[in-house]
Amino acid sequence: MKTLSSPFIWIILVVVGGASLLPVLTNSVSLREDMFLMLMLVILASSINIIMGYTGYVSFGHIVFFGLGGYLAFFLMKEFQVHFVLAALVGGVGASLIAFLMGIPVLRLRGAYFALATIGINEAFRAFFTNFDLFGGSVGMFFNFAVYDAYGGAKSAGQFAYYAMVVLALATIATSFIIKKSKFGLGLMAIREDQDASMVLGINPVRLKVLTYTISAFFPAVAGALFFFKNGLIEPAPAFELHRSIEALVMVMLGGFGTVTGPIVGAVVYERLRGFLITNPTLSSAHLVIAGVMLLLIVLFVTAGVIGWVRQRVPALRRYLE
Amino acid sequence: MSTGNSVILTTENVSKRFGGLLALDQVTLSVKEGEIFGIIGPNGAGKTTLFNVINGVYPPTEGRVKFRGEDVTHLQPFDMSKRGLARTFQVVRPLMELTVRENVTVGACFGREHLPLEKAEKVADEVIDFVGLTARTEMLASKLNIAQKKRLEMARALAARPILLLLDEVLAGLNPQEVADMLTVVRKIRDQGITILMIEHLMHAVMNLSDRVFVLDYGAQIAEGTPQEVSNHPKVIEAYLGDPKVAQRFLEGTA
Repeated sequence: MKTLSSPFIWIILVVVGGASLLPVLTNSVSLREDMFLMLMLVILASSINIIMGYTGYVSFGHIVFFGLGGYLAFFLMKEFQVHFVLAALVGGVGASLIAFLMGIPVLRLRGAYFALATIGINEAFRAFFTNFDLFGGSVGMFFNFAVYDAYGGAKSAGQFAYYAMVVLALATIATSFIIKKSKFGLGLMAIREDQDASMVLGINPVRLKVLTYTISAFFPAVAGALFFFKNGLIEPAPAFELHRSIEALVMVMLGGFGTVTGPIVGAVVYERLRGFLITNPTLSSAHLVIAGVMLLLIVLFVTAGVIGWVRQRVPALRRYLE
Repeated sequence: MSTGNSVILTTENVSKRFGGLLALDQVTLSVKEGEIFGIIGPNGAGKTTLFNVINGVYPPTEGRVKFRGEDVTHLQPFDMSKRGLARTFQVVRPLMELTVRENVTVGACFGREHLPLEKAEKVADEVIDFVGLTARTEMLASKLNIAQKKRLEMARALAARPILLLLDEVLAGLNPQEVADMLTVVRKIRDQGITILMIEHLMHAVMNLSDRVFVLDYGAQIAEGTPQEVSNHPKVIEAYLGDPKVAQRFLEGTA
C-alpha cells in the first residue's frame, strides 16, 4: 500500500514501539504498569479521534465499547476458557457489530443530539450489565486464578497482556493513519466540514459514518478485553465509566483534533499531568477540575490542540506532521 | 451553436410546497444536451428551490424529474452525483479546513467516475489549473477570497466530470473583472460538451451566455425562449419593473 511508504507513520510507530520496550528492557514492573495504562489511553483517544476528529461526530460515550469488549471477552475466558487473544478479538468484533447496528439509527442524528445519544447508549449498557445476572450483575465477574495457569501464572499473563496492548496500540495508530490518508478518510473530512455539501459531491454520509463508527468501536473493545483480562475482575462501574470517556476527549482536544499524532501526544501529556496531580497532596482531589479547565482553555484558545497549533504555525510541517 | 437535439433533463409539472408557501408551481422545462440554459427571476421566485428539487436535496411535492431518460424524482444528491449531475452553491460552501486540492479531490473521488485517490488528485490538479487556482493549490479553502471560493466551487463540481452542471449565481458578489474571467470559464466548460443550467441575476451575463432562458416568478413559469424573446416579453418586464404601462409612462415622463 502506498500510504505505508510514508516515513512519517514509521517514525511514529518506531517511537511508540520503542517506548513500549523500555519496561521490558529495564525489567521494571511499575514502568510496565504505567505504559500499559498509557497505551490503553492512546488507543481510546485515537479511536475517538477517528469518529470525532476526522468525521466531526463527538462520541461522548465511546467508553461503552471498552466495557462491551471487556465483558464479552471476560465472559468467554471465564466460562469457556477461551484464549485471551481470541476472546479479545471476539470482544472487538462483537462491539463493532453492536456499533454497526446502533450506528444506523444514531448516526442520522447530528451534532449535540448524536453526542447525547452516545451517552444514553453507555448508560443503557451499564444498566443492562448491572441488572443481568448472567454477567454477574452489579458485583461483576472475577477469574478463578486457575485461568492464568494456561499462560504460566498471573505474572506472565500480565506480560502477555502488555505485549498484546503494545501490538493493539500500533495497530490503532496505523489504522488511524491509513484512514486519514485514504479516499475514505477524505470523505469523512468532507462530512466533517459540511455534510450537506458532501452529499452533493457524491458522498453517502450515513454509510461512511456507520462504517467509521464500526471501526472506531473495535480498538477500545479489544483494549477493554486486555485490561480486564489482566485485572482479573470486571464490574459495571469501571467498565462503563463515563468520565474516562470525557478524559479521552480532553486528550484528543489537547493533542490535536483530527491529526494522527495528536491523540498520542494528548494521551501521554494528560496522563503525565494526571499522575503528577494525583500524587501531589494539595492537588490530588482536583485533577478532574483541572482537566475540565484545560478542556475549556483549549476549546477557547487553542482549538487545534498541540499538533494542530504547530501545523498552523509552521506550514512547512503540514505535509509531514499528520 | 453546439446545441444538440436530445433532451438531457426535464421537469414535469414540478411543484414544491413548504407549509403554506407554494415555492414552485407546476414548473415544466426541458434542457437540451450541450446548451446553456439560463434561469432568471426576481428574488424569492423559487430558482434555488428548483435546483434543490432537481439535485435531490428534497423531493418535489408533485411532479417528476427526469435525467437522461431516467426518473430521478426521489433520488438523493449523492445518487445524482454518480449519474453525472454537479452543482455549485449560491452561498459558497467550501470545505474550510481542507486545502484547495483536497476540496477538488473530493469532487473527483466521489463524482461520476468515482476515481481512486491518486487519479482523483491528478484530475484535481488539472481542474484547478483550468479555473486558474494553481497558485493556491496547497492553501486552506478558508483562506481564499470570495472570487477564489467561487472558482473552487466550480473546480470541485467539474472534477466530478459531470454531464450536467448546475451553477447557482456564480457571478454574484464578483467585481467586473472577475465576472469577465468567470464568463470565460463558463464558456470553456460548455465548449467541453458539458450542459449548463445556470441561475443568474446579472442580466447582461445571462443574456449573453444563454442559448435559452426560462423565467420564474412566484414559483411559476412566466416566459421561456431565446434571450431576445424573453427580454421583450411583457410579463418579464412586469415582474422586474412592475406594471409595464406604468413603466412605459414613467420612461416617457408622463407619470
